Amino acid sequence: MIAGGRRELLRIAMPWLAMAVFLIVWELVCVVFDLPEILLPRPTRVFEVFFQRLDILLAFCWDTLWTTVLGFLFAIAGGVVLGLLIGASPLVYSGLYPLLIAFNAVPKVAIVPILMIWVGVGATPAVITAFVISFFPIVVNVATGLATIEPEMIDVLYSLGATRFEILRKVGIPRAMPYLFASLKVAITLAFIGSVISETVGGNRGIGFLMLSAGARNDAPTTFAGLFAIAIMGVAMYAVCALVEQRMTRWAFRGQLVS
Amino acid sequence: MTFVELKAASLIYRLGKETTPALADATFGIDKGEFVAVVGPSGCGKSTIMKLVTGLLPATGGEIVVGGQKVTRPIKGVGMAFQNPTLMPWRTTLDNVLLPMEIVEPHKRRFRRHRAEYVERAMALLRTVGLADFAGKYPWQLSGGMQQRSNLCRALIHEPELLMLDEPFGALDAFTREELWGVMQALWLEKRFTGVLVTHDLREAVYLADTVYVMSRRPGRVVMARTIDLPRPRTLASTFEPAFVDIVHELRDRIQQEHAA
Repeated sequence: MIAGGRRELLRIAMPWLAMAVFLIVWELVCVVFDLPEILLPRPTRVFEVFFQRLDILLAFCWDTLWTTVLGFLFAIAGGVVLGLLIGASPLVYSGLYPLLIAFNAVPKVAIVPILMIWVGVGATPAVITAFVISFFPIVVNVATGLATIEPEMIDVLYSLGATRFEILRKVGIPRAMPYLFASLKVAITLAFIGSVISETVGGNRGIGFLMLSAGARNDAPTTFAGLFAIAIMGVAMYAVCALVEQRMTRWAFRGQLVS
Repeated sequence: MTFVELKAASLIYRLGKETTPALADATFGIDKGEFVAVVGPSGCGKSTIMKLVTGLLPATGGEIVVGGQKVTRPIKGVGMAFQNPTLMPWRTTLDNVLLPMEIVEPHKRRFRRHRAEYVERAMALLRTVGLADFAGKYPWQLSGGMQQRSNLCRALIHEPELLMLDEPFGALDAFTREELWGVMQALWLEKRFTGVLVTHDLREAVYLADTVYVMSRRPGRVVMARTIDLPRPRTLASTFEPAFVDIVHELRDRIQQEHAA
């Protein structure tokens, strides 16, 4: 019993331990090989700068965060609608799916300059890039959820006299929910990539812009502090999505709940 | 009075250029309130009959009439139960059983305002199959036999005139299966719906049915119709009586011929 409790404690501590080991090895490598700060700053130095410049970092983080989340919310809205359409109608599927794949294959860095011609510099291209990049996994997952409904379930509903819309509402949407929430974890991380790409290629705000300008000044510790900030935001938003997933689709986690 | 009538109904599946005849020339009638079973070698088109009668698949030849109307599209308000219970894991057992009430007219329009009345009705049904205490549980918290009971309740709650059963007890262990025969018979004796049971279990067919139809190998034709005039309610004990056993043997011999052919 005590051994089990310790094991559980260890399981919870593992990610933190792994991170600590990673940072210590990094620090040691820097000290042992006497690496210049401009090449690879020591983590302790990065943390120092992180707290020195916390006010700027927070302000720029906020820019990145809200553009990311806004783009992500648009992606959810658009992705759910298009995913339902594609999953429910074979015609829409065959028409739009090749287009979607082609669209997804285009490197998103390439569209940022175009966006800037259209909408200018700043938050708008960041929101759009975050939207565009996180849209695809949501569409695919929602459509998959619909496409994998048991045919017998549909037969039961049809023979009760259900319309296609009723089948979508009673079975399709609940069935697609776990797929949707699973895709959100992937999509939010991609959304961060999108907004930071946009800020780096042509922004005047946000963490991407901060890192770019710090890099141009050879200020490696600040660049790394920016990286840390993005990583922290990414993990935090992932955790939020995972929590929402568990709350919203309890039945899909039934393996862990039956007792 | 004939309620369901198949007139030379046939079905050919087409997949590209390949055609597979699944059902050839099925002709028989089912009276209102009659319980029939369809048995036959595997892959003989038993399940195809289900799909044709309910209109889920259009017949490629002949015609099917249900309640005086030619079937051309899915007919409404039929109860269906398959081997796979197909309960919705995000709904409790009670809510699963109530599903038809949210779809079938006129209940659909009354459902919201008269929910309590419908819940009472569902609970009464769940009580008859011994599931009253599990109404609040989710399907994945129930055993296979309990899931199949809830499935039967869902198929019956809207009191359909026609109940289609496609090997509903096929995936259960022998004890549970025999127990559910009794549950099924009790429900039928009480409500007297028209029932069509597709099965490969001859004892099950004889236990439950008024008439057993034997089908040939694919493409299936009806090769034998056997009226079962054993008294009801039949019990597990009656399945060991000579009269019962003789009928089972008779059916088995006929199916064996099909396998030998």
